[in-house]
Order: sequence, then C-alpha cells, then structure tokens
Amino acid sequence: MSPDFELRLTRHWDQPEAMGLDGYVQRGGYDGLKQALAMSEPDLIQLVKDSGLRGRGGAGFPTGMKWSFVPRDTGKPTYVTVNFDESEPGTCNNRELGEREPHRLIEGTAIAAKAIGCHTAFIYIRGEYLWQAIVLQQALDEAYAGGYLGSGIAGSDYDLDIVLHRGAGAYICGEETALLNSLEGLRGQPRLRPPFPAVEGLYASPTVINNVETLMNVPDIVVRGADWFRSLGTEKSPGSKMFTISGKVERPGNYELPMGTPFRVLLEEEAGGMLGGGQLKAFTPGGSSTPLLTAEHIDVPLDYESVAEAGSLLGTGAIMVMDETDCVVEAAERMVRFYAVESCGKCTPCREGSWWATRVLGRLENGYGREQDIPVMHDMGTNIMFRAFCALADGTASVINSSLKHFGTEYEEHVRLGRCPLKPAPAGTQEVAS
Amino acid sequence: MAVFEGSVLEEARTIIGRYPEGRSRSAVMPLLYLAQSEQGQVTRDGLQEVAGLLDLTTAEVEAVATFYSMYRLQPTGEHLVNVCTNLACMLRGGKDVYEAAHEATGIPHGGEVSEDGLFTVHEEECLGVCDFAPAVQIDFANFDAVSPKHIRELVAAIRAGETPEPSRGPTMQSFRHASRVLAGLEDSVAEPEGAA
Repeated sequence: MSPDFELRLTRHWDQPEAMGLDGYVQRGGYDGLKQALAMSEPDLIQLVKDSGLRGRGGAGFPTGMKWSFVPRDTGKPTYVTVNFDESEPGTCNNRELGEREPHRLIEGTAIAAKAIGCHTAFIYIRGEYLWQAIVLQQALDEAYAGGYLGSGIAGSDYDLDIVLHRGAGAYICGEETALLNSLEGLRGQPRLRPPFPAVEGLYASPTVINNVETLMNVPDIVVRGADWFRSLGTEKSPGSKMFTISGKVERPGNYELPMGTPFRVLLEEEAGGMLGGGQLKAFTPGGSSTPLLTAEHIDVPLDYESVAEAGSLLGTGAIMVMDETDCVVEAAERMVRFYAVESCGKCTPCREGSWWATRVLGRLENGYGREQDIPVMHDMGTNIMFRAFCALADGTASVINSSLKHFGTEYEEHVRLGRCPLKPAPAGTQEVAS
Repeated sequence: MAVFEGSVLEEARTIIGRYPEGRSRSAVMPLLYLAQSEQGQVTRDGLQEVAGLLDLTTAEVEAVATFYSMYRLQPTGEHLVNVCTNLACMLRGGKDVYEAAHEATGIPHGGEVSEDGLFTVHEEECLGVCDFAPAVQIDFANFDAVSPKHIRELVAAIRAGETPEPSRGPTMQSFRHASRVLAGLEDSVAEPEGAA
C-alpha cells in the first residue's frame, strides 16, 4: 500500500528495543559517530553538503552549508543547539522520532558537534513534551554510561557534553534566535540578524541550530554516503521526509515518505483517505503557518519546490485536513487566535494585527460580520505580511490571505446570511447586529 | 518563608551546575519550575529567591516567568487540565472537550480554580499530539483522543481520589509533581514503559 522504498528514520519503529542503547547499538547505532570522529571536519561538512540534506524544521536551508558558516578562529567556543521545540500547529513528528529512537538524535547531535568543534551541545525541548524529555534524559544518561558522551567519546579523544533544556510553553521559541534567548535565560523574543547565529549565537559564540529530524538523518549519511541519501527524493529536495497528517482522515499519524511523494498518496494510501468518506476541502501542507491549499492541489508533490509552485510552503510537513463540513472562517479564526496568543509582542503588525484579525474573524463566524469586514481582512493580510521581525507574523498573514483567496465566497456567505453557512440556522435567527 | 532551603537549595545548585561556567542565568527556567513545584505556583517569594540565586533582579526573573505559559503566577488547582483546541484538535471535537472540562470541574470561563481547589482548566495551543486528537494533558501527562464523556470521567476519577493512568509515559501525581519533573529532577518519576 505504501510506496516502495526503504524506510530510513522510521525503520526501527516496529522494534521497541531500538529505544535503548543496547538495542540501538545492535542495529548499527553510533557507527556513524565513530566514522565521523575519524574524519576531518572539512570532509564531514563536505559530506553533508554533498548529500543535499536540507533543514527539516521548515525553512529547508542546506544543513552542510549552515555548518560551514561557523568560523573557527574566533577564540570562542562553538555550540550546537538542537531545536526540539516542535510547536508548529499540526506537527508532531519530532516527538515520535524522539520517543522511539532517542539515541539516533544523540548520535546526530554528536556528529554535528564534531563537525564544528563543539564540546557542549544543548537540546532545547518544549516543556509540554514532558515524557519525551524523560526518555531523552534517560538516553543521555545511557550514552554517558556507555562512553558515547563525556570525555573521550566512542573511544576517541573527543569530549562532548549534551545538556537537556526544557522550554515552558512558547511557540516563538521554535524561532532559532528566540530559542537562543530563551536558553540564555531571557524572554523568548527573536534577535536582529545579522549577526547570524553561525557567527554570534548562544552566549555570543558561533552556533549551529538544527531541527531534530534534520540531525537524525545525519548518522546514515555518514555511514552510507551522500549518493545513498540522494537515492530518495528529488534532486533539490533529496531524502525522505516525516509528514504528520491530522484532522479529517481515517488514520492520522506520522508517516515517512520520499520527498516529492504526491499528497494524494499520503492521504489515500497512508492515512486511509478522508474520515468517513468525506470530501477534501482544504489542507495546510506544512503547518498552520503555510498557506492553505485545496482539493485541486491533491496531486501536488510534497517537496520544497513543488509546494512553493502550488502557492504554499512545505514547512514542517504538517498536513491538517479539512472536509466539506468544516468552516474555513472558523478554522481561520482559530489559527489566527493562535498567533495572537503566541505573538511575543515585539512588533506592532503581529501583536496588534493578529489580535484585531481574531476579533474580526470571530464576529464573521458568529454572524455579526459586516460587508466592510472582508476588505478589512484583505488589508490586514497585506499589511502584516513581511512587516514584522520574524516569520510568526507571516504565519498569521498566510492564514488570512490564503483563506480569502480560496474561500472568498464562504466569507461573503457569512456576511450575507448573518451566520455560518455550514452550521444549521438556529431557530429565530437574529438579524445582523453590530 | 524561604522557598529554596535545605535539600531544595541543593537541588537548585545542581540545576545551576548543568550550565557552563559563568552562564548561570540559563538556569532561570528550571529554577522557576522548581519554585513552582514547591509552592504550587510561582510566587513573589519564588521570583525573588530565583533572582537571588542567579544574581539577577526580580524584574529580570519576572520578565521570564510572565513570558511562558507553563509558569503559573496565580493560584492554581492541584491538577492542571490543558485542553488543546487548535485546528487539528478542533477538527476532531476539541472545543467540545474544552467546554466539557469547564462543566465537569465547575470552573466558569475566566475562572482559575475549581471550588474544591482540585482543578485549573486551560485552553491550550497545539500540544504536538495531532495524531491522537483531541489532545488533553493533565499535569502535562498525555491523554489521547479524548471525548467530552472521557474528560468528565477523568475529572470524576480524580475527584474520587484516583490517579488516572495517562495514554503514554509516567503518571503525574499533581501539577506540583509535574513541575518538579520539568525542573529536570526525575528521581521522582517511575520508569517509562516502551514507546506507545
């Protein structure tokens, strides 16, 4: 039923023993680290560059290139920081990857550390992942006891410590510079760039920040090579990708597929199709911050380039699926309210815009919409987009703009009827008030 | 009354020791969790003592404490019930679960603590459990695919003095217990079972 390919990140998911150190090592675990420790730093970085691995956290930036930006002559320590803050609505693949094979994350982190000469790495995990943090800490303890962390890791003369740091409930900390501020004991607000973290990141020192899924791809790249990695996926988006599919589907969950797999395959073959045989109405291809796509995009290949061509973004690969009974205005209100709650408050277009947009969307959904509300929404969407410090505001604008673009008529119906057209008219419906 | 004294002060020093020399400010988040676990919320005393331990001003610590939603600066029930209503959960009925949580605990919207002091209900943003929507966390332990009926049963069970077993991971006894675990002091946690 699933496409014919060799699973990579999830190949041990049916083997609970892979969760522990012994089980992981029996399956070839930490071989990549041992090989990496024997390589020169430039060779290691070149290997990851050649693999074409791109950051899985949303932006798709080439990982090897990111590592190569780290200057080595500053006299300061270098740091690797793992972004395990996974908070983009609809996304939960990092959680399951970490639950099922925590040592693969530790190994990937250690290889990244070796590549940039880092001796203290940090894993920033969102606070709500309470159990996953326990799993990870136990794996870290095992790795120390097994000689894979601490002084002289894996029989080499290389020292590495990894510190686990828990967040406390702030979406913005997934933004890499906000994460650094949070890790330094400050409010999690984004920093002005430049300087980029590669030059001045954690504790004003050169820092690489990588996503969990990105790093978990690295051990296999070291062991099996760049060409092997490129044997799946597309030329510009090589490898496999974790997709989280949720909402109105039969089997919500995390699925690993080659980059470039059509959305239809994920929906119909992996997720078992629409829940109860419903009709596909809309979906987010990469979390709530990526513009909505519709049923006409069902064949879009899921890779960075193809999703961008379709007018959206691959983002985190988090696909939330809506059917014909779901109201787009209600969904937009809920998504925009998320950005209003999570805005760090630094920039006016985001802080105020998301708050006002939530109010306007709320009154539209509740039947108090006015004709001028629709141009107001258009105006807000255009004025929030690219007008703030970080991409959180663009997420707000993407929801507004894409829902208006594809479902403008549904907005108009809310105003015309004075209620949500997808919900039954209540008895004695009141006239439009303001 | 001191928040950090005796063994708790020792634990605070251990937490500070996790971070590189001269970077003790990084310990502010775990120390806030520790203060919260001692008092059931972050109090003014807690803020001041964390500041004292890290050589910061109280304002600097309060700036952090007020930024993150998992620190509670107001009185909080013995158990914190978090219900996700973000899109993936909303599409699966999360809003009804949230309403049911209010009804079952008897906390009106805008209210903080149930009359019996047992519960606080909080509307959550995405908890990263979209594969098992609607997602609920009680004291940050996960309950998967929760229905309104299920949340009423969970609330009733806690009222009856039981500790419902979460869908995955260890059982949390209370919000204070969870806060202690969040400070990275896992000695009090039972070994987690294999992955779900």
